[in-house]
Amino acid sequence: MTAVEVRDLRRAYGSVRAVDGLSFTAPTAKVTAVLGRNGAGKTTTVEICAGLRPRDGGEVAVLGQDPWHNAALKPSIGVMPQAAGSGAAGVYPAARVGEVLRLFASFAAHPLDVDALLDRLDLARLAGTAWRRLSGGEQQRLSLALAVVGRPALVFLDEPTAGLDVAARHATWSLIEDLRTAGVSVVLTTHAMDEAEKLADHVVVVAAGRVVAAGSPAELTRDDGGTVRFTAVPGLPVAELAGRLAASVRETKPGQYVVTGAAAQAALTAVTAWCAERGVLPEHLSTGRRTLEDVFVELTA
Amino acid sequence: MTALDLTPAPGAAPVGRRIARHASMELRLLLRNGEQLLLTIVIPTVLLVVMVHAPLADIPRPRSNFLVPGVLALAVMSTAFTGQAIATGFERRYGVLRRLGASPLGRIGLLAGKTAAVLAVEVLQVALLVAVGVAVGWRPHGSVLAALALVVLGTVAFSALGLLMAGTLRAEATLAGANLVYLLLLVVSGIAFPQSDFSPSVRSGLRLLPSAALADGLRAALAPGAAIPGAAVPGRAWVVLAVWAVAATAAAVRWFRWA
Ligand SMILES: Nc1ncnc2c1ncn2[C@@H]1O[C@H](COP(=O)(O)OP(=O)(O)OP(=O)(O)O)[C@@H](O)[C@H]1O
Ligand SMILES: [Mg+2]
Repeated sequence: MTAVEVRDLRRAYGSVRAVDGLSFTAPTAKVTAVLGRNGAGKTTTVEICAGLRPRDGGEVAVLGQDPWHNAALKPSIGVMPQAAGSGAAGVYPAARVGEVLRLFASFAAHPLDVDALLDRLDLARLAGTAWRRLSGGEQQRLSLALAVVGRPALVFLDEPTAGLDVAARHATWSLIEDLRTAGVSVVLTTHAMDEAEKLADHVVVVAAGRVVAAGSPAELTRDDGGTVRFTAVPGLPVAELAGRLAASVRETKPGQYVVTGAAAQAALTAVTAWCAERGVLPEHLSTGRRTLEDVFVELTA
Repeated sequence: MTALDLTPAPGAAPVGRRIARHASMELRLLLRNGEQLLLTIVIPTVLLVVMVHAPLADIPRPRSNFLVPGVLALAVMSTAFTGQAIATGFERRYGVLRRLGASPLGRIGLLAGKTAAVLAVEVLQVALLVAVGVAVGWRPHGSVLAALALVVLGTVAFSALGLLMAGTLRAEATLAGANLVYLLLLVVSGIAFPQSDFSPSVRSGLRLLPSAALADGLRAALAPGAAIPGAAVPGRAWVVLAVWAVAATAAAVRWFRWA
């Protein structure tokens, strides 16, 4: 059984079609990363799957069941809502860290050990601190703890590492990896491509409420020939180089260029010659696979 | 570091435990909140003590027979309506209702826990106000059972009104509105100030307020010399409270929004 199976999901807010015929699956005991630009429909999708929002249409099977108003399903899923912007992460402002984690633990038949979980997310020293006095990253960590404390079989984590420092990010990654090892299915959203590349077994790219690509990171980044990357002054006429090479050349960020679809040797030669013609020095000239970021930018540009 | 066993083991705790733990959390938050305590504990107590002694209003004597039932009605209104509306309004805004509703506690459990916390605060309020009342010379008479029934009915009506407000308005509007309604009802319902200055027609209109019905009802239930305990409560008080309870509950069920 797949953990999540969504077919032709639709949800509009007034005239905004936030999710518009979206289909994907999330395999059991794997990490699925849902990627997409701001407003692509990730939160809407994830919250519909988590039973937090109703849908207008389409089929959703979460652990084989419809998540909307499904009390029987609640103990099996954990949710970490998106915190940034909304200010509605769902914790009593005056409740203390240890207190609120114990509260959520008390709703479960076989919860995790609260103290061990506090330790694991470096929250033990904040156990007596009220939620509203926590920093943004501390709130994120507690929110993650609340999602997993009930020992769910499936967790939805909406931007779990947004706003975290490096150490907290690594602690979160390691917890997610341990969840997967333990057999928990994880569906997360992120804007950090390195995070998706590192954690995800399965990636779903969403644009304008639809899935534009899905597969393992290796499948998504597979390409013909090599990829050549270089840095130079911004605004070079890439179409000309593309025409010369019969390949794709993109300026992914100002001054950063990626050539795909040409043999690496030919591309290297052409890039150096073309830059020399215009008196430009290509820096950081390198060959290699496409990254998830390259693919993402191509798909969602 | 202690090892964490993350292996899935889904399951909900028994429903009684979930509700009890949630109620205890809500109760702790209420008791920790200074404004809530001011509203639910300090104002009714101070009002009782001051009005017993101050020659401010033309209150029938013994004053405590008028005032104690009045502040008991105020206590119910402050906890079930004002306090609950404000807290719930902000919980809705902060996504607390949504997150708890999606947890194994569920929406029904959430409402049950809130109700239990409200009742627990009311028990504290009643104990305190009765003790203060006795200290200023009040003696309980009449029917405790009828008084309890009125308090429960009033709690249902005011809770539903508070939740209706919290579940439909923005949190700030609920904060302002719930305080304003509290103040207005305190002044016009014959809780601590008699209604004798209003014209008879206005007065009969004001009797239809839930706060007035609760105060009048409690006053009659706890009056000395009622031949059959409880029979003294005017039928109107029961009917008015029951209509408010049913109508407000129906409206809250219909219009309450969780997020
Ligand atoms: N509650 C809402 N009311 C009205 N419009 C909404 C609501 N929630 C989302 N939208 C709109 O739906 C679209 C998708 O929003 P959603 O939050 O699902 O995007 P997202 O992919 O999670 O974005 P982000 O990366 O910024 O979190 C956006 O255009 C947004 O403006
Ligand atoms: Mg989002």
